[in-house]
Amino acid sequence: MTTGARNALLVGAVLLLAALPLVGDTYALRLGTFACMYAVMAVSWNVIGGMAGYPSFATAAFFGLGAYAGGVLLSKGGGLAGALLLSGTLAFAGAMLLGVVLLRLRGHYFAVASLAVAEVLRELANTATDLTGGGMGLNIPLAATSGGPQAEASFYFLLMWALLLLTLGVVLALERSRLGFGLQCIRQNESAADMIGVNATLYKSLAFAISGVFVAMAGTVYAAWVHYIEPPDVFDILFSVKPIVMALLGGLGSTAGALLGAFAFLAIEETVWRNSLEIHTGLLGLLIVVLLLFLPNGIVSLARRLRGSGASGG
Amino acid sequence: MFLLQILANGIVLGCLYACIAAGFSLVWGVLNVINLMHGSFIVLGSYLAWAAYNGLGISPWITLLVAAPLFYGAGWLMQRGVLNRVIAAPVLVTLTLTFGLDLMLNNAMLLAFKADYRKLILDPPLGTLALGSVVVPVDRLVAMLFALVLTAALYLILRKSRVGRAIIAVRLDRDAATLMGVHVKSIYAAAFGFGAAMAGCAGVLLALIFPISPLSSTAYLGKAFVVCVLGGLGSVPGAVLGGLVLGILESFGAMAFGPEHAVTLSFGLLILFLIFRPQGLIGRRGFD
Repeated sequence: MTTGARNALLVGAVLLLAALPLVGDTYALRLGTFACMYAVMAVSWNVIGGMAGYPSFATAAFFGLGAYAGGVLLSKGGGLAGALLLSGTLAFAGAMLLGVVLLRLRGHYFAVASLAVAEVLRELANTATDLTGGGMGLNIPLAATSGGPQAEASFYFLLMWALLLLTLGVVLALERSRLGFGLQCIRQNESAADMIGVNATLYKSLAFAISGVFVAMAGTVYAAWVHYIEPPDVFDILFSVKPIVMALLGGLGSTAGALLGAFAFLAIEETVWRNSLEIHTGLLGLLIVVLLLFLPNGIVSLARRLRGSGASGG
Repeated sequence: MFLLQILANGIVLGCLYACIAAGFSLVWGVLNVINLMHGSFIVLGSYLAWAAYNGLGISPWITLLVAAPLFYGAGWLMQRGVLNRVIAAPVLVTLTLTFGLDLMLNNAMLLAFKADYRKLILDPPLGTLALGSVVVPVDRLVAMLFALVLTAALYLILRKSRVGRAIIAVRLDRDAATLMGVHVKSIYAAAFGFGAAMAGCAGVLLALIFPISPLSSTAYLGKAFVVCVLGGLGSVPGAVLGGLVLGILESFGAMAFGPEHAVTLSFGLLILFLIFRPQGLIGRRGFD
């Protein structure tokens, strides 16, 4: 199957998801909202981590920033559209600025620095009690939807779903654009890319910003959806690691893989969580270890490997 | 003098930070692996000290003698069994792998010890030592001295012993070391073992000072990061200097801005150092 056909198939599948509010109960809608949120995170991370090859651990920073920026505005009586616009703009501008300095670092240094950004933001949210409520958390008023839990669940699911569609549209277009090509060059050999005229600093910063903007908006939707956020919840380092695991699960570097990996990850996570509450983080760790040791190219490679051995056997 | 007291607190803290970071720095410098389990190793060492003292009545100073070989062995096995398989893989893979292992270790500790804070309290207490107006608790002072001894021991092992020289050789030039007959995989295992042993021993010492909980592991890991970057990667003197700088800075910073900003301060410093002086205070450029 060509990449184009696979992408079309996956976008089609995502479009079909829109029918979920017609058939699903609130639990299914909750899962669906999480699926879309994870997919936004994984597809976004793939822009900087997969396409440009920079191991970013900043997803939690963007998510928390979006949750708090949007959450504060909502709690002060602002509208949801305004909150989304604010968090998106803030994340984009912040990432462009940070990117110019942070993306000069490579390898571990970049990973650690991006990790530190989340820690700093978490502490700022923790200590700016007047604005964010600090460690007490932030209550966000219910959105003015009438019609009970089912309508509310449908509303937030469709919102997250629309955000996923937007993300997919932008990232798939980016993949085919000059910027996407430039990022591939940077991943393979940054000095050489620089030499042939790719503006590496600008391209990397743009990739970083695009990887942040939709995650921040997802953070805002999340904050509005759950009505209560606190710093350790939305700046959780797991939000930085999970998208990486999803991208690895799906096969590093492709948007379709990240999308598939996000859905697969949620399925595994939900099963594990439901059946073994006490050891679910341990099992998540085990999943990561097994995945990295035995299936480093993702589940997509499993099919290829099986087919390969079948051909040689027959 | 009030300032002298803060300085003394900072130095005591700094020596312990040096001990935390020396092993972490060794693993990062030699293996090019950021061991995200380091914090959990430290907490595990604290639990060992706690269990030995409360269960068997063994003083923490003796526990150190057991902890060092125990953690060395565990670290050696971990490297030989798991990490050596992905040692040449990109940063993302090794980082995510140790994160996964840490999730398992931390979850196991939560199950075994629960999340409530425990405290190792020596009986009878060692009291305090007053030098003029500066007062230092004796248990902290002894812990600091042991931390310095351990760090110095690591330095001597790396300088003088056969395995230590081999570790340095692999760090400087892996291919050349292989050609000289160094078995790189077992040297990696030894380096990881030393890193784990330092973490375990640091944990034993920290049990005397801080409450013990599986949740403290990320805080310790954060300190190790900052100290490494401040002092310069992969060098023991760098870890000592970085530890002292962080300890003193945190003490004065807590006075100036309030203790709640300590983390922001140290991570802000971390980012500034990464950008403007990635080789650290006394590190050399070129080691990645």
